Amino acid sequence: MPLPNDQGVQAIQTGESVEELKAAAVASLDSADSIELLESWRVGFMGRKGRLTALLRGLGSLDIEERKIAGASANKLRSELELLFEERVNQSKSSEALVGSIDISLPGRRPSLGGLHPSTQMIREITQAFNEMGFQTIEGPEVELEKYNFDMLNIPADHPARDQWDTIWVDDDTHNDILLRTHTSPMQARTMEANDPPIRVVVPGKCYRYESTDATHEWHFNQVEGLAVDEGITFADLKGTLYEFARRIFGPHRKVRFRCDFFPFVEPGVDMSIDWNGKWIEILGAGMVHPKVLENAGYDSTKYTGFAFGMGPERISMLRNEITDIRHFFSNDLRFLTQF
Amino acid sequence: MKVPVSWLKEYVDVDISLDDLAHRLTMGGNEVEEIERTGWIDNVVVGHVKAVAHHPDADRLRLVTVDHGNGEAEVVCGAPNVAEGQKIAYASIGAVLNDAYADEPGKTKKLKRSKIRGVVSDGMVCSVLELGIGDDHSGILVLDDDAVIGTPIGEVLGESVLDIELTPNRPDCLGVVGLARDVSAITGNPLKNPNIEFEATGPDVNSLVSVEIAEPDLCLRYTASVIQAVKIGPSPQWLQDRLKSIGERPINNLVDITNFVMFELGQPLHAFDYDKVTDHRIIVRRAARGELLTTLDNKERNLNIEMLVIADPEKSIGLAGVMGGANSEISDETTTVILESATFNGVNNRKTARSLELASQATLRFEKSLRTGLSEVGLRRATKLIQEIAGGVVASGIIDVYPSKGQEQERVRLDRAHIVRVLGVEFEDSRIESTLWNLGFDLKSDSDGWDVSIPYWRPDISITEDIIEEIARIVGYDNIPTTTLSGRPPQWQPQPDMDLRNRVTDALVQSGMQETISYAATTSEGEARVELTSETASALKLRNPITADYAVMRRTLREAIIETVARNSRTWRGPIAMFEAGRVFLDYGDGLPEERQMVAGAFAGPRNELHWDESTDASDFYDAKGAVESALADIGIEPTFEVGEDATFAAGRTAIIKVKAANDAVIGVVGEVSGEVFAKFDPEADKASMFELDLAAILKILTNSNNDDKFQEFVRLPASHRDLSLIVDTCVTAGQIIDIAKRNRIVTTATVFDLFEGKGVAEGKKAVAVRLVYQSPNKTLSGDQIGKIETQIMKQMSKELGAELRAQ
Repeated sequence: MPLPNDQGVQAIQTGESVEELKAAAVASLDSADSIELLESWRVGFMGRKGRLTALLRGLGSLDIEERKIAGASANKLRSELELLFEERVNQSKSSEALVGSIDISLPGRRPSLGGLHPSTQMIREITQAFNEMGFQTIEGPEVELEKYNFDMLNIPADHPARDQWDTIWVDDDTHNDILLRTHTSPMQARTMEANDPPIRVVVPGKCYRYESTDATHEWHFNQVEGLAVDEGITFADLKGTLYEFARRIFGPHRKVRFRCDFFPFVEPGVDMSIDWNGKWIEILGAGMVHPKVLENAGYDSTKYTGFAFGMGPERISMLRNEITDIRHFFSNDLRFLTQF
Repeated sequence: MKVPVSWLKEYVDVDISLDDLAHRLTMGGNEVEEIERTGWIDNVVVGHVKAVAHHPDADRLRLVTVDHGNGEAEVVCGAPNVAEGQKIAYASIGAVLNDAYADEPGKTKKLKRSKIRGVVSDGMVCSVLELGIGDDHSGILVLDDDAVIGTPIGEVLGESVLDIELTPNRPDCLGVVGLARDVSAITGNPLKNPNIEFEATGPDVNSLVSVEIAEPDLCLRYTASVIQAVKIGPSPQWLQDRLKSIGERPINNLVDITNFVMFELGQPLHAFDYDKVTDHRIIVRRAARGELLTTLDNKERNLNIEMLVIADPEKSIGLAGVMGGANSEISDETTTVILESATFNGVNNRKTARSLELASQATLRFEKSLRTGLSEVGLRRATKLIQEIAGGVVASGIIDVYPSKGQEQERVRLDRAHIVRVLGVEFEDSRIESTLWNLGFDLKSDSDGWDVSIPYWRPDISITEDIIEEIARIVGYDNIPTTTLSGRPPQWQPQPDMDLRNRVTDALVQSGMQETISYAATTSEGEARVELTSETASALKLRNPITADYAVMRRTLREAIIETVARNSRTWRGPIAMFEAGRVFLDYGDGLPEERQMVAGAFAGPRNELHWDESTDASDFYDAKGAVESALADIGIEPTFEVGEDATFAAGRTAIIKVKAANDAVIGVVGEVSGEVFAKFDPEADKASMFELDLAAILKILTNSNNDDKFQEFVRLPASHRDLSLIVDTCVTAGQIIDIAKRNRIVTTATVFDLFEGKGVAEGKKAVAVRLVYQSPNKTLSGDQIGKIETQIMKQMSKELGAELRAQ
């Protein structure tokens, strides 16, 4: 931008006194009302060819005493002007901002955010924790043969152990021995049947129970199963693996306890609980794979050992997210879903 | 199961606190859900009266110095019977006691520090009334001298009941003695077995009664004794109290004893009136077809041949191991009793009880396949108690018909190496041995380990791992070390269907949609609302659905997603963009159904959140199509959209999604939901748009092609763009225009960027603005060259589509 007022040219005139220069500079500074004008003022008065510089150069013609006095007052003027200039620049900057300003309080153009269902989020978090310990995520059928859901897991027909799993059966006019899986554990049998050891898998998926629903019970829910089988796997490995899992899901300082529990497809059986506000809450059932389960799948139980575990992602989510009613999970209400 | 601690203490000393006991039982597998305490009052403990002095200002008051185990307190007391040396109930400040001076009984009052006639009373010495265990307020309650100072009063006066959640493998803990064994193992205190010795002075039992087992597979052992000249009457108070403490109603001494022994040892028993058993002959047989039996609850039961009965030569007199018959019931007139203690087949017993819907305490135990050894112990214990309580003469010897003798597993091998192999830790022999001894296992040791005999009360023990669990649970899982898996991880196996679903899910979420999960079952009528084609496979019916609303497994996700969107439209004012990625179940008859992975998504309501610079238009077809386009782009599928028909969708607003590169395979559909269909879901939104993708079909395409994105060297020569403003008939589609434009290979992209109908455009016509980008791979195009191409394209458009350039 061309300078509208080339004050530098005037500075060439000689004989200007310090007072005259000061008056001119101050007046001119007052009328400079943009950053551009201020800059040209600076060049005009204080620049290499500016009036103040010229005045200082002009002092050379004076005798030594006059020169001392005039020199001192000219230098004083320089620092005064510098200070004034800085002040004006600051003033001007802040007022300039207002001129071209926008309303930054208006909301931005935000790409709409979708979301994963809280069960999916929790399943992913759980499976990822195990993935990083070498467990691969796999899935299996939700409609299952009785053989895999019960028999191969050492839960014989007409055995009271079956009472732990109230079952929804497929209509037997058309199908025999088919049910909605009551847990993800049938994938233990299926995985071992189809693969040689070593095995390390986690199996998320839907399960179904013939169970009346209330705030803490659903007939339809997810589980995450886990299975590790190899030579040399011990109960201590079970504890270590699940302890590491608990640290990841519930934080490193959460108290964890392992106690004896019973599931027909493990021996010894384990319940892992965590301390939640002073109460022990069961998080998962686990145990060393029962030798009969290994043998039913064709594994040599004198050679291989393993551990298995199962947990409910909705239950964990209920704890962590303080969800008071499990039925929210499958109501698909946006007022619920969008909170997570 | 509820276990009163006082009852437990009959068999084992408990020298740890109840909280500690509950914790250790829980850790060992018997989860104590709650300790129910009666007579328990906080801040009241056993105190010792160290000195009694007169109150300086009141003749009838004393100043009592009490040692309460945690220091001493001076208490003002008005009771005449207080004396030095007594053990008393001392309430400290804050205790909540019955208010002895309240207008109505039962009111409580919190004890405060107060001055009584000028002397500060630091607590109170309590009366029976104040403790809420009686009406007497004439004096203080004086405790036994051996009460331990400082003990909470509840432990002295109250009853604590452990409410235990038993696991189905431990029928022994359905008897208090079984639980006492665990306590014995936990504390190391010895078990005091109940006394089973009695004096048999009567005639030979075999001369009085005979027993015959016709079904040795269903009745594994039958023991019986006969007691003559018994006196039937009410049980003594202690026995009644015991039964009441676990919620059982006392009936008469004989019945009470059989119940008591069942709750003590876990062995169900039954007593018959000897004189009502014809010929004094007992036959254990299957019921005849249609045989009727009136059980003790006075209900007539229609039996079948799967059921086992206890019979005499004329009639059945009991449903074996489930419930006795009314015809042989013990009555006040009974003088001679046949006491039965048998072992029945668990599976058969359970089936019988289930089919008659008769859940008895006996079945609760028998169904767990008790060991035969328990029956004899139970018989002897009950016989002993009958003699003690109901008097009478016990016949000599017992009946013991034992067809399964020698068939039960008696021993389990336990090698040291096996323990290490399972638990990953070595325990000292002494620790293993004492743990198992305390649990009642007999051991024979050798150089490698032990031969362990299975106790008669533990039907759950059959393999080495069972014994290992016994050691681990008593030693405590806490005391087993923590290690990480050390072996080689298995080979990775591809999971293409899961990976595809996750990828599509993520793409849809990124495009702003909310994932949903709905119930996988529905009703045929509900599903019919979306007008599935008749070609759809049949639905998998459930035999016992949770409710009629979930009678069949779903065959489509459409119903659920429309329902979800419609329901949300009634409560949610913002954009509704939701999808589900899940399975549908297609029944082809035999075997398991096909579980097909599908994705369905729907849009309703406004397209955008209310925003100062966004349109408030409703979402439409193009939102659904856009979601499909971006999801498919993400997985490397290039779709074509063809006008199509589908009864769920509105005619003329539906596209079938195909893949040209895969022989036009159909992978889904997108469109506006038909108004008629949508209305059935009672929505508040005017319309919804929906898509459905068949992941199984997509997977097939992906599997048959290498779908990694291949890098293509990009052209560094400049591209130019020119806009064409066309007037065409309204029926001409954007797709047609773009197809023509893109026939020329110099045109790299062609994009419709404006559409207009109405003012300034003739009726039946529309204005379409298209931007064409021209770029040659090997030379910079001049304006003239581009102009020529443009003219060619325009000519073609006018020829094929009747397009004209819009007048500027």
